[in-house]
Amino acid sequence: MKAAVVVFPGSNCDRDLAVAFRAAGADVEMVWHKDTDLPSGVDIVGVPGGFSFGDYLRCGAIAANSPICRAVKAHADRGGYVLGICNGFQVLTETGMLPGALLRNAGLKYICKTVGLKVETSQSIYTEGYNAGDVVDIPIAHHDGNYFADAATVERLKGEDRVAFTYTDNPNGSLGDIAGILSDNRRVLGMMPHPERAADSGHGGTDGQALFRAVAAQLTTA
Amino acid sequence: MKATVHVMLKNGVLDPQGEAVRHALGALGFDGVEGVRQGKVIELDLADGTSEDDVNAMCEKLLANTVIESYRVDMT
Repeated sequence: MKAAVVVFPGSNCDRDLAVAFRAAGADVEMVWHKDTDLPSGVDIVGVPGGFSFGDYLRCGAIAANSPICRAVKAHADRGGYVLGICNGFQVLTETGMLPGALLRNAGLKYICKTVGLKVETSQSIYTEGYNAGDVVDIPIAHHDGNYFADAATVERLKGEDRVAFTYTDNPNGSLGDIAGILSDNRRVLGMMPHPERAADSGHGGTDGQALFRAVAAQLTTA
Repeated sequence: MKATVHVMLKNGVLDPQGEAVRHALGALGFDGVEGVRQGKVIELDLADGTSEDDVNAMCEKLLANTVIESYRVDMT
């Protein structure tokens, strides 16, 4: 399995994400925001957390219009896999690869803590290492993680089993307690919590490991 | 030539910053404020010949996220 991790100015979880992919057995290549193409043979693209372009204008808005994002979108349009975490989720909504938007947290505060996440579906390469209904402990660290979409979109996401994770105790005002969603072909996942920060015993928790291991298992045999 | 772009959260989209401002005004004794919506103003210096349609395209592509925001363009 070959993974590419995008690096924007202001990304700060790019190396953590690369470490988590590598620990699961992936070859990882970092790609710069000005690159116009992904390395050949990439199975999955990781769009990491951080503060791309200083969160100027809107979180993820400038990054979404960078050259590499056109290549990431083309990869997804070809049926490629994309995992966007935190700022990466914001980037994916700004590109239109995932529906909705991430608003300022309802309590206005930046929140950095470990939260309970309920796995809503095991029907994706990202979540099949869990059982639907499992509750896992994964850290969040965001100021703008309040998921919003119009009511019809939220209903469609639920009806199509595309809500991957919900918060057990909603920290940020997200509609439907939504913490992560899948694209209609289930190959693009955006989530605000950080599984790569719970992927090593040194992190104090390893509940995120199953996500990377499941991805690696699927994409290595494919 | 200038354009002024006003970007606001759409009606129905929660504006927690506006709510915080409303509470702060109330705490200062300004009792008459029933609602606050906070947005942003973006001023563009434009080359001659840049049309309002061009500015609308800029809004759709980058300046506003039309999932959550509405915008208004004033050309001056």
